[in-house]
Amino acid sequence: MTTPDPSARLSRDVVAKVARLARLDLTPDELDVMTNQLAGMLDHFSDIDKLDLADVAPLAQPLPLKNVLRDDVVVKGLDRDEVLAAAPAAEDGRFRVPPTIGFQE
Amino acid sequence: MSNATSAPSNSVALPDGWEMVVGLEVHVELDTKTKLFSASPNRFGDDPNTNIDPVTLGLPGALPVLNRRAVELAIRLGLALNCTVQASTFHRKNYFYPDLPKAYQISQYDQPINVNGYLMLPGDVKIGIERAHLEEDTGKSTHFGGSSGRIHGSDYSLVDFNRAGVPLVEIVSKPDIRNSDQARQYVAELRSILLAVGASDAKMEEGSMRVDVNVSVRRTGEPFGTRCEIKNVNSIRAVGKAIDYEARRQIDVLESGGVIRQETRHWDDAEGRTHTLRTKEDADDYRYFLEPDLVLLDPDTEWVDAIRASLPMLPAERRARLSTITGANKESEAVYVIVERGQDDYIATVADAGGDASRALVYVTQAFAEEGSTPRVPAADLARLTILERDAKVTATQAKTILSELVANGGGDAAKIAAEKGFEALDTSAVEQMVDDAIAAQPDAWAKYCAGEEKALGAIVGAVMKASKGKADGKVVTAILLSRKG
Repeated sequence: MTTPDPSARLSRDVVAKVARLARLDLTPDELDVMTNQLAGMLDHFSDIDKLDLADVAPLAQPLPLKNVLRDDVVVKGLDRDEVLAAAPAAEDGRFRVPPTIGFQE
Repeated sequence: MSNATSAPSNSVALPDGWEMVVGLEVHVELDTKTKLFSASPNRFGDDPNTNIDPVTLGLPGALPVLNRRAVELAIRLGLALNCTVQASTFHRKNYFYPDLPKAYQISQYDQPINVNGYLMLPGDVKIGIERAHLEEDTGKSTHFGGSSGRIHGSDYSLVDFNRAGVPLVEIVSKPDIRNSDQARQYVAELRSILLAVGASDAKMEEGSMRVDVNVSVRRTGEPFGTRCEIKNVNSIRAVGKAIDYEARRQIDVLESGGVIRQETRHWDDAEGRTHTLRTKEDADDYRYFLEPDLVLLDPDTEWVDAIRASLPMLPAERRARLSTITGANKESEAVYVIVERGQDDYIATVADAGGDASRALVYVTQAFAEEGSTPRVPAADLARLTILERDAKVTATQAKTILSELVANGGGDAAKIAAEKGFEALDTSAVEQMVDDAIAAQPDAWAKYCAGEEKALGAIVGAVMKASKGKADGKVVTAILLSRKG
């Protein structure tokens, strides 16, 4: 069995796009490494795809837990001044941040 | 709020052959004490950044734990919207923005808690609800500097995280809405339901209820067109205006040979128009993945049944009941207004006390606007007044005077007030005599009336009213006049 060409399933462009969305600044070399590594992971998924899983329920969460809930009771949080002292910039009790371009709401 | 009634229409007609398709996404803040995933207070109007904790700020190692009350309120709302409540999961919606410190919003994606509901509008119009899912709110950015004071061109922003992590339910309608009246009715009805089940205070002006509008247009019978999403629609009135503007804009673009780009637009209420906020390119590539720090939410049947059993009577049912009691149309303005004010129980009590419910509806609508759901006038007192008027012991005008006394004094004996004011009933034979005298005194007017000139009657009725010092019942006078005409 020959090793499939990673770029056949995962293009370098897709990896570059995902990196951009995640605000990762990758060098061309890093992009090659990442493309190979991510393609390896996809190989693993394609192995799973080959199995007959018709009788296996989809797994939403690996933990055998559900309905972990807490009561709606206030607990004292963090002190504002202490938190803002750790921020790069603050003003009027708020975090000061650079102007935003291409914003979201 | 009269927006939910079937009339009158404020919709602007589209050119022939065009149809609009509208879907609404409504975010509501749930009325909990704490946030969705942490125990800081969920409270509007506190000093900035006083309701923060490691989860809210996305500090390393902080783990979310789901608020039971938020889940319960989401289920209450889902059931009230006729949804199926199902097992659900949470996902991370990844994007970078300063008011989102984790760089992802925890939301529900492919398995929301409530699905496939509907809401009924006047005229038996059914609007589908695709889903009503839980998610966390973001912080609040305020932009400073720059010339416009708007986000574009600002020098810097200040961020308050009090709102970050506040529980939201996003209610997504199916694209079933076809005009702006329906959209306004939908928002008004949804708001009434939210208040009735206690899920949210639903204040659009404070942002605890926020409406995003999706509008597209098409030539009748064709597939859906490209839609635009409109934000900053901050009142029910603005919902209607923004939709009518946007549909017209899209039609103008298409009719002049242009194409509609899928984009987010901003409603400018002062200018009465929408403008481009951002185009949808890969901004919407949120790379959702399952939130590994939260487990399956799978409410058991007992819990859901208990919540269902605890639901109050919903607005639609209350309007139907009020309509049955009073004989008024269930889509009439008065019925909507009274249920909105929560005064329908009071009118039911007036009816139970032997009162005339249809008159009580008129009195309460007109005189109890400031009274809230438990008017100070005892229901039995109002009941007696309705009977006095029904039995023609007092005229409608006199009843109104007595009603003002009752409201001013927080109750009272209507019959006694009538006597004090000299409102004792005139006996019919006395009124008949006055009518005959008035006819005899103004033979010209009577002849004109008999010849078909309705207006001429005014002089005769006026004379009777003067003779009776206003005590004659206008309806009785008219009836006698008709009988004299033969």
